[in-house]
Amino acid sequence: MVVSILHRATGVALSFAGLAILTWWLFALSSGPDAYVTFEAVVNYRFYHIPLALIVLVGLTWCFFQHLLSGIRHLVMDTGAAFELGVNKTFAILTIVGSVLLTALVWFYFLGVAK
Amino acid sequence: MSLGESATPLGRVRGLGSAHHGGEHWLTERVTSVALLFLGTWLLASLLLLPKLDQRTLIEWLHAPSGAIPMALFVVVAFRHALDGVKVVVDDYVHEEGSRFAWNLLLLFLAVAGGAIALFALARIAFGTVA
Repeated sequence: MVVSILHRATGVALSFAGLAILTWWLFALSSGPDAYVTFEAVVNYRFYHIPLALIVLVGLTWCFFQHLLSGIRHLVMDTGAAFELGVNKTFAILTIVGSVLLTALVWFYFLGVAK
Repeated sequence: MSLGESATPLGRVRGLGSAHHGGEHWLTERVTSVALLFLGTWLLASLLLLPKLDQRTLIEWLHAPSGAIPMALFVVVAFRHALDGVKVVVDDYVHEEGSRFAWNLLLLFLAVAGGAIALFALARIAFGTVA
């Protein structure tokens, strides 16, 4: 139930915030150094030491993995499999555990390798 | 629109049923989801594997066919999948026929415009001279 609602919520977040940022990023990238400096300034902007844009990007990374994993779950269920209560619940919980782990992994790598 | 009592049973139900596009929409949503499984993973892996994330490195990446082609596919498929997905949410929650049509029209325009902007930017990088 919760995971099914999360699938929609993360899908809507990715559709609007995710694609808006992707489009803005590509456009800034193609518009010369000045435009990209502005983009980078927004990404690195800190409000009283809180990196706001970074939090949004981490959030969208989690949305990506949650939507991806629960999407796989829905594809499996489309075949008529995994409707048994126990299996279904385990699968649902695994999507959340997996999405949190993968998000942590990606951002530890990004911030650790310090690009 | 009421046809009154003179309408035949067929006349009363005509135009109220399925448009017969539901199956196509359902399938498209799933086909694009499988494509995005690959393209999304490719995008994230590429960003992780690039040595730096400065403008020069990113432009070199998207200038090469190996970056530009999958990214073009990602843009097109992601906008299509987003449009299909958000349409399901609109159809579920907006019950009044007029507003539902307006929402779907707005979202269609938004997705096409967004996709066009992203593809234009990508083309400018892919066919431009490397900065």
